[in-house]
Amino acid sequence: MAPRTPDGPPPAPVVQRVRLRYAKRGRLRFTSHRDFARAFERALRRAGVPMAYSAGFTPHPRVSYVGASPTGVASEAEYLEIALAERVDVERLRTVLDAALPDGLDVLEAVEAGPGSLAERIAASRWHIDLPGVPVEAAAAAVAALLARSEVLVERLTKEGRRHLDARAAIVRLAASRAVADDPAGGHAILDLVVRQVTPAVRPDDVLAALRSVAGLAPAVPPLAVRVAQGPLGDAGEVGDPLAADRTAEPGAAAFP
Amino acid sequence: MRGRTYSGAVPVANLFPLLEPLLPRVSKPIQYVGGELNARVKDWDAVAVHWALMYPDAYEVGLPNQGTQILYEVINERDDALAERTYAVWPDLERLLREHGISQFTVDAHRPVGAFDLLGVSFPTELGYTNLLTALDLAAIPLHASDRDGSHPIVVAGGHCSFNPEPIADFVDAVVLGDGEQVVGAITDVVRQAKQDGASREETLLRLATSAGVYVPRFYDVRYRDDGQIAAVSPNREAVPARVAKHTVMNLDEWPYPKTPLVPLAESVHERMSVEIFRGCTRGCRFCQAGMITRPVRERSIAGIGEMVAQGLCATGFEEVGLLSLSSADHSEIGEITRQLADRYEDARVSLSLPSTRVDAFNIDLANELSRNGRRSGLTFAPEGGSERLRRVINKMVSKQDLIRTVSTAYAHGWRQVKLYFMCGLPTETDEDVLEIAAMAHDVIRAGREASGSRDIRCTVSIGAFVPKPHTPFQWAAQSDPQTVDDRLRMLREAINADRSLGRNVGMRYHDGEPSLIEGLLSRGDRRVGAVIEAVWRDGGRFDGWREHFCYERWTRCAAEVFADQQVDLAWFTTRERDADEVLPWDHLDSGLDKQWLWDDWQDALGEFEQDDCRWTPCFDCGVCSNLGTDIQMGPTGGSLAPAPPPGRSLLPLATRP
Repeated sequence: MAPRTPDGPPPAPVVQRVRLRYAKRGRLRFTSHRDFARAFERALRRAGVPMAYSAGFTPHPRVSYVGASPTGVASEAEYLEIALAERVDVERLRTVLDAALPDGLDVLEAVEAGPGSLAERIAASRWHIDLPGVPVEAAAAAVAALLARSEVLVERLTKEGRRHLDARAAIVRLAASRAVADDPAGGHAILDLVVRQVTPAVRPDDVLAALRSVAGLAPAVPPLAVRVAQGPLGDAGEVGDPLAADRTAEPGAAAFP
Repeated sequence: MRGRTYSGAVPVANLFPLLEPLLPRVSKPIQYVGGELNARVKDWDAVAVHWALMYPDAYEVGLPNQGTQILYEVINERDDALAERTYAVWPDLERLLREHGISQFTVDAHRPVGAFDLLGVSFPTELGYTNLLTALDLAAIPLHASDRDGSHPIVVAGGHCSFNPEPIADFVDAVVLGDGEQVVGAITDVVRQAKQDGASREETLLRLATSAGVYVPRFYDVRYRDDGQIAAVSPNREAVPARVAKHTVMNLDEWPYPKTPLVPLAESVHERMSVEIFRGCTRGCRFCQAGMITRPVRERSIAGIGEMVAQGLCATGFEEVGLLSLSSADHSEIGEITRQLADRYEDARVSLSLPSTRVDAFNIDLANELSRNGRRSGLTFAPEGGSERLRRVINKMVSKQDLIRTVSTAYAHGWRQVKLYFMCGLPTETDEDVLEIAAMAHDVIRAGREASGSRDIRCTVSIGAFVPKPHTPFQWAAQSDPQTVDDRLRMLREAINADRSLGRNVGMRYHDGEPSLIEGLLSRGDRRVGAVIEAVWRDGGRFDGWREHFCYERWTRCAAEVFADQQVDLAWFTTRERDADEVLPWDHLDSGLDKQWLWDDWQDALGEFEQDDCRWTPCFDCGVCSNLGTDIQMGPTGGSLAPAPPPGRSLLPLATRP
């Protein structure tokens, strides 16, 4: 007997691509990337988004995720791209998708994709790392010690076992300041971190491990990291908006293979 | 004892700020944060009665549980009550909670479980008992009901295990038998009134026992004979009934719950939208407790099912609909239900599944409808017994010819895998009965190769040890010891592999006999078993339903210690056959089934006589309908699905026309 082939016509072609910025906030920052992907695909169904599907026995809605943040880390700047089989109003899409997701997984922006790939525009990430209980002076000293080094190897536990990576080379900017909400008399530190997008990615945990290794900085309370931006890296170390190019592109300018 | 007061006498803390710093240190923290789609958080001070609902296993297993979701929604729909959920925490978090002095918490608003008026715990399996003790202890609720006072929640057990709750009688205040959706309202009413009246804990429990149909173990005394058997179980209060009957919801269409199922962020064991298409089963499989204690059959109508599916898919975005029941292909309109659902959702990429199907009720049209939007990856059937003789004993009348014919058709239509479920250690079973499973699996492969013209097909034999359960004809049977079960499973494996050519396409999955013996102790135990559960828990026993956590040595050691100076032991409760006149620990709990009918059915089993299904043949007087005033409710109704729109598309006109 011949192998079965999927019945019916081939999937509808892609007529529009939309890029979304979304946030992982509060307690839902403990959502893993896989958890988010499941929740997002269910939200697409609930919202009735006219998705384009892959071919095959188990067609999947065409969603491309870009540089997802690690589990337990909050983010204001996660990105993904969806491919649609019918054209939609992008702002309305943003509203219904946001409503279809649980509070804490929030869709912040939607723009029609222009030419070029989104992933290629992600060159760096900016993080704020809150260090409860750590005086700003101690944090600043540790930061200075770290920046004085050209390489700091840290260990990370991966599925393949322990591996070492350099947490220093990818750092574009690292500075400690006093957390705004704090009582100025006491005051705990907050780190402003910009890291270049490298493989494997250097994460806030790796930078914290580096600070521990070079300066013994070991907060008693777990630090809280938030990704505040990711995108192109400017000359002054600033992280730009990866959707800026799409905003200025002609609608429908992207090619649809 | 003082009564509980409400309206915010003591502010109820949100424990999340304390819990949050611990979460990065535990595995899968998402399971503890709540915030799922369709979760509810109500104002604590705005309601009179607060329920914590616990499923005593890990979140990933507990969240999809239909019973818990139904009660969660039914309670939260009331203006005067709220319900929040709590699940068993894994040992990594348990350790941290103890270290930081944090209570067992609900995932909805992270409130301490001890602050609730009621803690409802649903037990689908006895192996969750130790997890109840962990939760009580973490919540600072005394383990023993007799040590609790008015400041503690009333601990209510439900689920199938509640038909013999005697092993946990010391740990629970009250027990509900049967369907929960109506009685949960009655309990809420009683507790609200009792709080208003400032009634004591004792008085509140008495009201529950006398007016809400709730079993309160402390109001019943158990006396034992010198030989260890129970002499009698009798009420020690005048007003409580000598026997407590189960609750039965009639007309499922009036109870379309869950309407808005919870959608977990964490991965769970069932990632689908489930609709219970009927409750109860009268096929009469003698080993099956569920089929005995949930009678009579009550079907949901095709129209009601259609509404629930449409509403549930809109509310969740799931892409699979599970049509649940004890034997889903037996619904009187299953053909129309599956055909019309498959039609309705053809374009919406929603697939259908029937988790429980009998070989004799299955047909290829049904299978084709089910696989229209899904893969033809596997079909599952449960012959349960290897030989024709044994299937007569257990009253699971599926002939080998039926099975071979069905699987041949399936293989011919493109299926590549068939899974067959069996039990080992059934009453009267011999080695030969079990070895016939190997022959059956070989025949399935032969037939499948012929039908499909391919050698690349598979048959998986999944087999576990039989545990005799209360309120079944096998409640008197001797449970097989683990050694016998394990020996037979080993022989079976050798027999399957004896023919290399056929055997390599047969997979065998099995559960060894040791956990089943402990399940047997907890299933048919009496109040004396409670001390064993507590000893095991104090020794570190947790998550006994998980192979990697279960410790047989711990259970046998603790049982030996507890029973050292008693007339009973582990074997007495498990591998001992009972006589007709023995008082069983659950005789005062009324499932509707006549004990004499069960005994006669047990004798018929030993005589290898079959029993028909009362849906299609005259009533055989099992007792349920006459004793409980219930009746079979089944179609065909001749109705059809309402022309509901597929989820999403026409609800939110997103697309813009160029």
